[in-house]
Amino acid sequence: MKTLVWVEHDGTAVKDATLAAVTAASKLGEVHLLVAGQGVDGVAQAAAKIAGVGKVHVADDAAYAHQIAENVAPLVAQLMGDHDAFVAAATTTAKNLCPRVAALLDVMQISDILSVEGEDTFTRPIYAGNAIATVQTSDAKKVITVRGTAFEKAAAEGGSATIEAVSSTGDKGIATFVDAEIAQNARPELTSAKIIVSGGRALQNGENFHALIEPLADKLGAGVGASRAAVDAGFVPNDYQVGQTGKIVAPEVYIAVGISGAIQHLAGMKDSKTIIAINKDEDAPIFQVADIGLVGDLFKVVPELTEKL
Amino acid sequence: MKVLVPVKRVLDYNVKPRVKADGTGVDLANVKMSMNPFDEIAVEEAIRLKEGKNGGGVTEIVVVSIGEQKAQETIRTALAMGADRGILVTSDEKVEPLGVAKILAKIVEEEQPSLVILGKQAIDDDNNQTGQMLAGLLGWGQGTFASKVELAADSVTVTREVDGGLETDRFTLPAIVTTDLRLNEPRYASLPNIMKAKSKPLATKTAADYGVDVTPRIKTLKVVEPAKRSAGVKVADVDELVMKLQAMGIAK
Repeated sequence: MKTLVWVEHDGTAVKDATLAAVTAASKLGEVHLLVAGQGVDGVAQAAAKIAGVGKVHVADDAAYAHQIAENVAPLVAQLMGDHDAFVAAATTTAKNLCPRVAALLDVMQISDILSVEGEDTFTRPIYAGNAIATVQTSDAKKVITVRGTAFEKAAAEGGSATIEAVSSTGDKGIATFVDAEIAQNARPELTSAKIIVSGGRALQNGENFHALIEPLADKLGAGVGASRAAVDAGFVPNDYQVGQTGKIVAPEVYIAVGISGAIQHLAGMKDSKTIIAINKDEDAPIFQVADIGLVGDLFKVVPELTEKL
Repeated sequence: MKVLVPVKRVLDYNVKPRVKADGTGVDLANVKMSMNPFDEIAVEEAIRLKEGKNGGGVTEIVVVSIGEQKAQETIRTALAMGADRGILVTSDEKVEPLGVAKILAKIVEEEQPSLVILGKQAIDDDNNQTGQMLAGLLGWGQGTFASKVELAADSVTVTREVDGGLETDRFTLPAIVTTDLRLNEPRYASLPNIMKAKSKPLATKTAADYGVDVTPRIKTLKVVEPAKRSAGVKVADVDELVMKLQAMGIAK
């Protein structure tokens, strides 16, 4: 089987999530990459060094400058004439692009796979990870997104793939990039953070959240998350929310501060490698999933912890 | 301008999903079902546009649901919130996102809406596909994961939640928008509006009426519970916690 893996990049570097997609694709067969963008020579060179890659297809055109799905999907669909599976890490770019590609190919996409069980069989989470389904596709061509945290990352160096230019399929003229406000936050993004510190309703207000959670996170180089209760109470904006209807995270370490552990929240973080819970209530459900629990008043414990780290 | 809002009936987000003992799926018998939370946001956004907020110009909101007969309750909820009429497409077999998108494409042909607003994903199968697939089938623009929508006469400007921040794109109408959590807070339907919704028009169709083949492409071989986590240790104080963190290599 010949796979085509979407290279996630920011115009200068290949994003790590791509390496997990390469590992997933390599379980299916030969791995080719697609770099789409404008002025992406450097990205293509870097992509060619990823271990185990046979060929890098590069589509360099103004139409692909912001990975506008309306322009990129026809390009991918065309390249799929010569490939059997399109594989991408489940980033927001890929979540936007892949189903459009699938529709153009008349294929039912398999989203967010956790494992490759065979050439047509995969596992994937449903109900926010409260159940794991094993699914088998009957489509001849496959469109697959990959949960980045579920696969080892392929080595970024050591490969020497050939680079081949692909001609543009043009600008469809229905979507235009206006601007982007990418957080220039020193803190890591929730979905790729190695450590996350999350705060809950017990923090009482936004001031306490900023004063207690953020210094602890910064000390650990962690991302900052929140429970739905904290978001609904207006302590922090919605994009902090970890949970079934927020972000699904799986960091190495998840520190839940003043979070009781509602089903909604657990669904978004229970795949974390190590869960640490700090809560006043020793019967809080969060302790049933925590590897390390500390029963105590967060207003005393958190500043002390931040200081001692 | 007409807006089409597809909605899905799913297990209520407050209910813990239980995997059936025979491993065929999640048990949906005798549990509370509700409108998919992201779809509620989609209905709310359509109503706000009709109310003249965020650009306006919307005159009619049509709600569609594809599923079992009971999905008409979900349509009634949307009508009680403020949508104008409903279309129920019944199917005894589960319809995958690709099949749903194909049926919706046929309804779009008939209804000629300027905008289709959908939830970004349903919280049961977590596919996050239908809106993008529909856009692909129609050749329309897709403003996915919207946290802000501004409607003009011939375009819609959508602020999208992307990894690490926000991206704003403009799409020529007609277009697709899929909703993210930050877009709005859905209203509750008032009792008088719930009563009024009972007399709003609701058409019932089948997938076959639209000539769409919805035979599933994906077979679910089994469904299992994820590996259970067990409670770990409790530490007595901060010092002990710091020691544990040091042992794990995340603290110096």
